[in-house]
Amino acid sequence: MSEPVSAFRFAVNVTPKPGILDPQGRAVEKSLPHLGISGVSGVRVGRRVELTVAAADAAAARAVVDHLAGELLSNPLMELFEVEALA
Amino acid sequence: MSVRVGVVLFPGSNRDIDAVNALRIAGAEPEILWHESADLAGVAGILLPGGFAYGDYLRAGVIARFSPVMRAVADFAAAGGPVLGICNGFQVLAEARLVPGALLRNRGLRFVCREVRLLPEHMDTPFTRELDRRRPLRMPVAHGEGCYYADDATLDALERDGDVMWRYVNPDGSVAGPDDSGNPNGSLRGIAGVRNAAGNVAGLMPHPETAVEAILGSDDGLGIIRSLVVSAAEWASTGTITGTRPPTPARGAA
Repeated sequence: MSEPVSAFRFAVNVTPKPGILDPQGRAVEKSLPHLGISGVSGVRVGRRVELTVAAADAAAARAVVDHLAGELLSNPLMELFEVEALA
Repeated sequence: MSVRVGVVLFPGSNRDIDAVNALRIAGAEPEILWHESADLAGVAGILLPGGFAYGDYLRAGVIARFSPVMRAVADFAAAGGPVLGICNGFQVLAEARLVPGALLRNRGLRFVCREVRLLPEHMDTPFTRELDRRRPLRMPVAHGEGCYYADDATLDALERDGDVMWRYVNPDGSVAGPDDSGNPNGSLRGIAGVRNAAGNVAGLMPHPETAVEAILGSDDGLGIIRSLVVSAAEWASTGTITGTRPPTPARGAA
């Protein structure tokens, strides 16, 4: 008999590592004066991926997300990721 | 019989016909390898062509990394066979961690399509052995994510071990740093191409396969393609390639 399976929803936030040049962030930052906005700095552009995992429990689902976030969604040479559990 | 060299076709590859043409000119028999097949058809060398494999979704090259053909290419590389990745093919090799480093968005944010000059670092590698002499080579680049990046420790190790293969140079022949005019994308230390520690897998952003006939503006790339073909022939007949080394523990995994 198979274990009961539940659905768990996550978001994975991928951002450029500190120190890595982020030309997209720089371009966004440079455009802000055209909006009349000043005083904004440190803009970094990343990516957010939301997904649903079917697993026996939250810990098992989380392990799946950690694995795919490190292997596929981010490149550890240039990016960091954070996993967020969604309601 | 001429040596057979595989050209991997991913959905979104678009330089495959240029690669086939260049391999023919270089005296090889090209063999198209479909991404869904893990059968390399007994080829003696692999060329990963340019394009936008799997639409470059997520990051250039990353989806291709997990295709059946790339598992076979990784095995082929681990056995010592010669593999050359050009442009998107270089991005695929980097994402597959078959060569060190990563290719970031171009520093200037724009897709860059123009001629560059690149200087081979070494003349005794499987991918430069057929070049006539050490001089800047003219060939095009065409990419949006070609900014070579690795951390300082990895860059130092690449230089120490002789694994930087090609660098962008300025018109005066000096190495083109990230902000120099000769550097199309901001690549650190002017790096246009690298190889793995064993020396049998290399990638570069410029396109030697489209610079193989003088009538098209340059044939400076032909020596690189011919080097791959000669190395494939050597691999097929002897099981080793001059200029390669026993594999060493992984480097730059940080």
